[in-house]
Amino acid sequence: MKHNDMLAMILAGGRGSRLHDLTNKVAKPAVSYGGKYKIIDFPISNCANSGIDVVGVLTQYESVILNSYVAAGGRWGLDAKDSGVYVLPPREKADANLDVYRGTADAISQNIDFIDTFSPEYLLVLSGDHIYKMDYDKMLDFHKENGADATIAVIEVPMKEASRFGIMNTDENGQIVEFEEKPPQPKSNLASMGIYIFSWKLLRKMLVADMKNAESSHDFGKDIIPALLNDSRKLMAYKFKGYWKDVGTIDSLWEANMDLLDKKSALDLGDSSWKIYTQDTNSLPQYIGQDAEISRAFITQGCVIDGQVKNSVLFTGAKVAAGAKVIDSVLMPGAVIEEGAVVTRALVADGIKIGARAVVGSADSENIELVAKRVKGEE
Amino acid sequence: MSKALGIINFAGNHINIRGLQFYRPVGAISFLGRYRVIDFPVSNFSNSGIENIHVYVRRKPRSLAEHLGTGRHYNINSKRGRLHLLFAEEGMESLYSNDISAYIDNIEVIENSSSEYVIIAPSCMVFKQDFDALLNQHIESGADITLLYHSTDEAKEKFLTCQTLDLNKQKGVTAISPNRGSKKSQYIFMDTYVMKRDLFIDLIKNTHKSSALYTLTDAVNLICQEMDVRAVAHRGFFASITDFKAYYDANLDLIDYKTACSLFDEDWPIYTRTNDSCPTQYFEDARVKASIVSNGCLIEGTIENSVLGRGCVIKKGASIKNCVILPDVVVGEDTVLENVVVDKHARITKVKEVKGTPENPGYVKRGDSL
Repeated sequence: MKHNDMLAMILAGGRGSRLHDLTNKVAKPAVSYGGKYKIIDFPISNCANSGIDVVGVLTQYESVILNSYVAAGGRWGLDAKDSGVYVLPPREKADANLDVYRGTADAISQNIDFIDTFSPEYLLVLSGDHIYKMDYDKMLDFHKENGADATIAVIEVPMKEASRFGIMNTDENGQIVEFEEKPPQPKSNLASMGIYIFSWKLLRKMLVADMKNAESSHDFGKDIIPALLNDSRKLMAYKFKGYWKDVGTIDSLWEANMDLLDKKSALDLGDSSWKIYTQDTNSLPQYIGQDAEISRAFITQGCVIDGQVKNSVLFTGAKVAAGAKVIDSVLMPGAVIEEGAVVTRALVADGIKIGARAVVGSADSENIELVAKRVKGEE
Repeated sequence: MSKALGIINFAGNHINIRGLQFYRPVGAISFLGRYRVIDFPVSNFSNSGIENIHVYVRRKPRSLAEHLGTGRHYNINSKRGRLHLLFAEEGMESLYSNDISAYIDNIEVIENSSSEYVIIAPSCMVFKQDFDALLNQHIESGADITLLYHSTDEAKEKFLTCQTLDLNKQKGVTAISPNRGSKKSQYIFMDTYVMKRDLFIDLIKNTHKSSALYTLTDAVNLICQEMDVRAVAHRGFFASITDFKAYYDANLDLIDYKTACSLFDEDWPIYTRTNDSCPTQYFEDARVKASIVSNGCLIEGTIENSVLGRGCVIKKGASIKNCVILPDVVVGEDTVLENVVVDKHARITKVKEVKGTPENPGYVKRGDSL
């Protein structure tokens, strides 16, 4: 806590039901992305790179895998003394019954005791299911320079899409004057990224009041931010420029992977000054066979490729057998494409096998095909 | 808790790997893109449940110390286990610098160990071996010392810097002598020993008294007539990284996936230090076949029958064939490389062609700009 006196809490409880079968057994933050990462690696690595030592991860839906994954703080370098990643599922307390997290704000409220043990000056609240690289320390500088009570990171979105987001209306100094959740007639295109810095003392007070409010849905966007505005508090919008993606659907998850194939990918995972850390695997380097053909691809260790791979992202341990074709597709960890099979515009889920000469997906489909069950090949 | 202490020895004085060894000990040389040679013995020990491991270092310790760290990434228990770096007092330049003198320098650490047995393995050989099984075999046989060997029919051309074992019909060792390349079939000694710790301590103390220049191999050779010294055969992939050609060949041999499967096994992981590199990006014009590629590379050129280390940049029109490229190398546009080993951080952007031959591969120095 010495660096910047800011503690981070990551909201990672959501299921992400629009990801269908991908989140049957794991929460959305534990979904794989970019060949070797999980979505939650991004906010946690951002924290580690921003000099934040203590990170709480609020889990709820199908949290077993996520809990054990984030509990090993060492993989993000958050294992020094006074540092750590804490897994915080709902828990039974002496003076209250075990209760699920009723909303994003409630998840923080139920962990006031945890946060108090570190007595931070500032609290950073993040969402666990966005892909981006951001220096929260710079955002904190902005928060301090402006003497803000709360700072909300925003990103400019195309005006025609603005009605899908929580929109911040600001004055000429960047102070937020109004917040509208998914407005039909948006007045600005500054979308909230779900990244908040609060002065902890103030937020704590607001949360205690919110807990007692029977009308509240205990949500940051719906309840806490409007309450702060009503209270004439100084809320600042911190403009973020760079890659940011909410991978809420199969199509957007596929798209976010395809973004990595660009010549100068906006996310720039190769930047050694801002690495995204993840679980280390003991897999072999990539084995590229005699008859392999690879162009425009993002491929990681453990892959064995004897067939054709084009415009695709291959995750740890994916295998493409001789004569198989993988085009415009994403192969999640351990997916196996057997001899002569053809995969086009598809996202093949973890460990799924596509049998010999099977055909999956098609070049002119509107949506990306999610393949989450074994596809039998020709006998 | 294993009954054995693991000791990883440094390469002997007769070992010289052109170029590469100038910068680091053999154990720290990059292997197969993402590994270092020493990952193999350390992983073998760790997977065998041997968690107290002594690694001997005598020169240029930086890269080895950095790579091994606390040993946590080798899955060694952080409380009960320990990866211990031990330094030889005599520099490599000294006539007296050998393994026995290094053991004598650190005799206290060996004496203080509570393990009943020691297993000594080399830092410069690549193979998979269950040392726990070997230890049990040693105990059951009742032998004083057990040695590990690999049988070959290529002793005339290969393993020329290795020792060979003479065995009687009962697999008793009758002599250890250098491979002079005069015979096709040989039992190549894998520089791996199993014995009781007390015997090991007596052996090194007595040997040191009789001649300060004797190595452990000399010592065992001298006593193998009077003691029960037996040999156990190793099966699977074996490479002795003890000369430049052997290093080059071992890398290229493992490009064949079937060959690799005789070294790597899902149940016997080879651990290494992670570098947190992102996956490798293949661009539109990339042509890659029959190769091993590590993470973090940017590939626009052509690569064939080669090993590519982590973080390499291969520009458009570049062509790489039969090469071993160490990490963080840049190969510029339209540059042709054939049969060369390119050491770390080299940049080949001005010269358009560097070629060696399969028999005599070329070498580009660490950090060189060509």
